[in-house]
Amino acid sequence: MTTNVASQTGLSAATLTHLQRLEAESIHIMREVVAAAENPVMLYSVGKDSACMLHLAKKAFYPAPPPFPLLHVDTTWKFRAMYELRDRAAEQAGMKLLVHHNPEAVEKGINPFDHGSLHTDMWKTDGLKQALTKYNFDVAFGGARRDEEKSRAKERIFSFRSANHHWNPKDQRPELWKLYNTRKAKGESIRVFPLSNWTELDIWQYIHLENIDIVPLYFSEPRPVVERDGLLIMVDDERFRLRDGEQPVMKSVRFRTLGCYPLTGAVESEARTLPEVIQEMLLTTTSERQGRAIDHDQSASMEKKKQEGYF
Amino acid sequence: MKADSNIAGKDPVYVADALIAEDIDAYLEKHQHKTMLRFITCGSVDDGKSTLIGRLLYDSKMIFEDQLASLEADSKVSGTQGGEIDFALLVDGLAAEREQGITIDVAYRFFATDKRKFIVADTPGHEQYTRNMVTGASTADLAVILIDARQGVLTQTRRHSYLVNLLGIKNVVLAVNKMDLVDYSAERFYEIVSDYSHFAKQIGMDSFLPIPISGLKGDNIVEKSPNMAWYQGPTLLAHLEEAPLNDAVMQDYAFRMPVQWVNRPNLDFRGFAGQIGAGQVRPGEAIRVLPSGKTTRVKSIVSFDGNLDQAVAGQSVTLTFEDEVDCSRGDVIVQADEPCEVADQFEATLVWMTDAEMLPGRPYLLKLGTQTVTATVTEPKYEVNVNTLEHLASKTLGLNAIGVVNISTDRPIPFEAYATNPDLGGFILIDRMSNATVAAGMIHFALRRSQNVHWQAVDIDRDAHAALKNQKARVVWFTGLSGSGKSTIANIVEKKLHAMGKHTFLLDGDNVRHGLNRDLGFTDADRVENIRRVGEVARLMTDAGLIVLTAFISPFRSERRMVRELMAEGEFVEVYVNTPLEVAEQRDVKGLYRKARSGQLKNFTGIDSPYEEPELAEVVVSTVDLSPEEAAEKVLEYILR
Repeated sequence: MTTNVASQTGLSAATLTHLQRLEAESIHIMREVVAAAENPVMLYSVGKDSACMLHLAKKAFYPAPPPFPLLHVDTTWKFRAMYELRDRAAEQAGMKLLVHHNPEAVEKGINPFDHGSLHTDMWKTDGLKQALTKYNFDVAFGGARRDEEKSRAKERIFSFRSANHHWNPKDQRPELWKLYNTRKAKGESIRVFPLSNWTELDIWQYIHLENIDIVPLYFSEPRPVVERDGLLIMVDDERFRLRDGEQPVMKSVRFRTLGCYPLTGAVESEARTLPEVIQEMLLTTTSERQGRAIDHDQSASMEKKKQEGYF
Repeated sequence: MKADSNIAGKDPVYVADALIAEDIDAYLEKHQHKTMLRFITCGSVDDGKSTLIGRLLYDSKMIFEDQLASLEADSKVSGTQGGEIDFALLVDGLAAEREQGITIDVAYRFFATDKRKFIVADTPGHEQYTRNMVTGASTADLAVILIDARQGVLTQTRRHSYLVNLLGIKNVVLAVNKMDLVDYSAERFYEIVSDYSHFAKQIGMDSFLPIPISGLKGDNIVEKSPNMAWYQGPTLLAHLEEAPLNDAVMQDYAFRMPVQWVNRPNLDFRGFAGQIGAGQVRPGEAIRVLPSGKTTRVKSIVSFDGNLDQAVAGQSVTLTFEDEVDCSRGDVIVQADEPCEVADQFEATLVWMTDAEMLPGRPYLLKLGTQTVTATVTEPKYEVNVNTLEHLASKTLGLNAIGVVNISTDRPIPFEAYATNPDLGGFILIDRMSNATVAAGMIHFALRRSQNVHWQAVDIDRDAHAALKNQKARVVWFTGLSGSGKSTIANIVEKKLHAMGKHTFLLDGDNVRHGLNRDLGFTDADRVENIRRVGEVARLMTDAGLIVLTAFISPFRSERRMVRELMAEGEFVEVYVNTPLEVAEQRDVKGLYRKARSGQLKNFTGIDSPYEEPELAEVVVSTVDLSPEEAAEKVLEYILR
């Protein structure tokens, strides 16, 4: 693939494509943050959206490296392939990588097998708050998109959090034109979502067009899995606890979304290349988050989690 | 067969493009060249707006099976379609809103066809939410105004149309919805179109495209309706796929780029990063940096993917210059021979967006392009009643009010009329204390006086005046509750300074309210203006080299800060006379607290009007612990040190 988004403008003053417009908007947002923030950070979760966001950051500040560090709020339970890509991507971007582990969760040995939703609450929600407070970050980029979930459709690109990281959906600033009001009181912080207006398909198309490095788990290959509670779970390391009668079997699977490996459902697939993955995505009829156990509780659960500080 | 019964069935609508399965590479190639249109839908609560958007999402295959299953379940529980699929549930987001059955904020939805990606701003039709509509409209290329065919043109329709026009949206679709409920009557449709034309002319809307539709039944949304053979125009979606885009229109204009950030990774590279607002740029072209007016040429358009030969409106780029020319965030790079104007006073329309009403004279932050400056706003020339379009006299603007005002900024800024270039004509106002976005504004034109009035350069300057008096000019600003002892202490301070041979002047309520400010009352707005005038007088007196003492309640932080900023660094000394309310009320020297408590006196500070304590006063004196003499000594000590 030799053409990328920028070179398409080239010679004639053609109308920008949708990806060019989205790219330009995301870059504009990132530069506004860097101009206004004292101590910004990019939250990096190693998924495809993070990969996209990181790529846009490289473009926004080229030839300088992005002038902020990457922060991974880790649970210690991610897929091994994610840790590999994480370290490589940070190094290639010339950015500092900060990894935070909630010390309380470390101490208590919080894990997805014994602790249910406490696992997410402590490692991710509490961990994120701790890390932001610890490093005194005033602005954090996140890769959330408005098309992911109904309550996100209304979130602003610049989302203000109180000193204790709460989100108040009733008290968000209006965003007019591309004029973002970046002023904040002491102790307040801002979550900024430069991918707000991207859809899942946009992300995939952009990754394809720009040749962005993503975790190989998005592509199908034979992997050891067990079927549990209707999900295909990959046995990624020796910590996985097999239940009575469970026996890992090799299946050709891939992942549509990446999280903690014991909580992330795989899909059976033969899609081994990016176009095949996109093809499969376009032909499937279930939405992206279905493979993620966290959303299954109740329809408004994301919104509740968000008010409590989950990204 | 009813269209709805399809949905619950075997999924006849969800048929993916055959190309996806046959040749994914060809499909991707085709979809790389899509453009993007942003539009807003406006309508009242019952016009079927959410249903229309749900229908567009559904018909463009943006709804997955699992979402459809949960939609079917939700429709049975809380739907308004008697157990049938309720499309509105697809787009009503936050839990609280869902319970109320209305959307109360701006939500953005996405769908795509082979030709375009669409972003829909869904905004509520409720009267009190003008601000949401203005927000949604500010980024839209096109507006769809929905009308219930049974109701015709309503007050809300007028309001929405006025706002759409105010925000400069040139592409307007009049979607006459629920045609199924008026038997698909051509006569009814044309009656509504004729009513609307009349109104469109009134507000100066040049053109609009009327389309008869049914969001619920799907008529003229994607497919031409068999029920309305009399309609020859495009379907809604066909029109959305063809309508012109703002960025494309702006490419034909002179080059403009507000500078966001200066990129200096090392000593050899200095790039100016920004998003091009208008026009095009190529290496070698002559440009000018405003407001300084310095000229140079573009050396290169730097990008991650290599240098570009050209960049156009809408793109985010980094430019380097041939010469070392001063240029920083807030400056605007323009075509050298076609610069934009630079001015510091404007006429503009404001849409007020917050509960706290506008205070004429109070300094707000104004953000336009990438520049943020301090600005003050005059009393409105008039307020617009958005329902009747009447011009009303008004002294302020409240939440959702729209008015025309003059604005002056603390320094000249590059700008353009909003109607010409929204990128350099649209601005927001920010409250400096709460940091809230309080208003959206659109510049009409610069006021002539701002270009013609120049400062008179004088030979005898302020330092010369002060030096002759052997003193340093100062403003000693006493603030505190009524009856706190400001005047008493200020008097003692002045006497002592006078005895030392210093040239002073005391400004207080008595000598100002009776003359200069006798036209002002005690509303918040008048209090702001009162302090503004006192501040200006005090400044003139410091120019004359005097030590000025002022004794005003001056209850608001932002006005005290405004005066502070009028003065040179270190010249302003804020003295907080800290007397608790109970103590001041007990003293009640003038009997004012008694009157205020009994309701005879309105807007009395501390009782029914707030006092904002200073956060950074140079001197704080407590009249509970200190006698007036001791307090005066403490102030003198600071002034003379």
